[in-house]
Amino acid sequence: MTAGRRTTRALLLALLWLAVGLLAGAAEIRPTRDYLSPELRRAQDDPSRHPGWLWVEEGETLWQDGERSCQSCHGEIGTMSGVAARYPAVAGDGALLNLEGRIDRCRTQHQGQPAFGYESEPLLALTAAVALRSRGMPVNVVTEGPAAPFLEEGRRFYETRQGQLNLACGQCHDDKAGQHLRGDVISNGIGTGYPAYRLDWNTLGSLHRRLRACSLGVRAEQLPLGSAEYLALELFLASRAKGQPIEAPGLRR
Amino acid sequence: MRGAVVALIALLAAAPASGRVAPFVVQEDAIAAPLDGLAGDPVRGEAVTRNRETANCLICHAIPGTTERFMGDIGPPLAGVGSRLAPGQIRLRVVDPTLVNPEAIMPPYYRTEGLLRVDPRYRGQPVLTAQEVEDVVAYLAGLKE
Repeated sequence: MTAGRRTTRALLLALLWLAVGLLAGAAEIRPTRDYLSPELRRAQDDPSRHPGWLWVEEGETLWQDGERSCQSCHGEIGTMSGVAARYPAVAGDGALLNLEGRIDRCRTQHQGQPAFGYESEPLLALTAAVALRSRGMPVNVVTEGPAAPFLEEGRRFYETRQGQLNLACGQCHDDKAGQHLRGDVISNGIGTGYPAYRLDWNTLGSLHRRLRACSLGVRAEQLPLGSAEYLALELFLASRAKGQPIEAPGLRR
Repeated sequence: MRGAVVALIALLAAAPASGRVAPFVVQEDAIAAPLDGLAGDPVRGEAVTRNRETANCLICHAIPGTTERFMGDIGPPLAGVGSRLAPGQIRLRVVDPTLVNPEAIMPPYYRTEGLLRVDPRYRGQPVLTAQEVEDVVAYLAGLKE
């Protein structure tokens, strides 16, 4: 073997070790669909086997409903393509809004209607119908500028041990993803499937409803739907999910 | 020894608010004395281990010799734990694994202090009673290789 070849081989080996080191250093984030059973994954992809489509259809109807409908300003719901991938986002007045919050604010500010309210059927339906227009698109939230303090708040919440069981989110969703809690596979907890139809709920529900279940699971205080803490956490989860495909409406166990 | 003194001081400092947790002394990586001087019962301990509402050990661990389905794989299997660890070491790990390893993922089962945002329904209470901890220790110590 020549000296040149030896140098090349040493260089390649060094690069290989560097790559291995980088992979081991950062928690690998995978789409939640990768953690689903094959049956559930197939059903998530098949509108005829996915009960969440009942909400999508209702949402598409609501989109056109009334004189000052969503459609009267935005046009066809197809114009919402890519929007869900950019939420949560900071509004002009400095408030952090998720997709539900954005829709309900439109209701009150532009449509002159009372807010639907968190977890109401019409808000879930509209959110599902809008989110569907971003299905398969990579999460692309803004985390700089006015979003930065919210991101940090969300990161702190995510990394803080809490509850009687003294667990931080990342201890399971970064370090143990792919392993099992009883029969359930732990995902990276990125929230890209919400609103999602959960078989254990027997209905469609929001990410914040799911977060309340997480809080309960570690025996921590359950915060209100739409609370500042859960909103900031939602932004941090979306920042972890950057580049991962939107799966909403998801199908979960 | 220094660890024991630190733990004792911490306990004394925390004493007024920790009414439901009996004091204990940590030596090395063990709590040698049974909590409250109670004797554990391995049969009751197995029941506590399998109880989904309280200890819920099987959400993360597998135990030997049962027909349980869907046991978790977050923590190590508990078969043979009685050969690997002395009862006092098991007791400390059930009481609060962060006393051994600050990064431990396993929850504390006999701790009320220094926990954040605890659900009001559980505030000030440990997950298990001293008797339940002793029962679990008796059961696990009997899981020999």
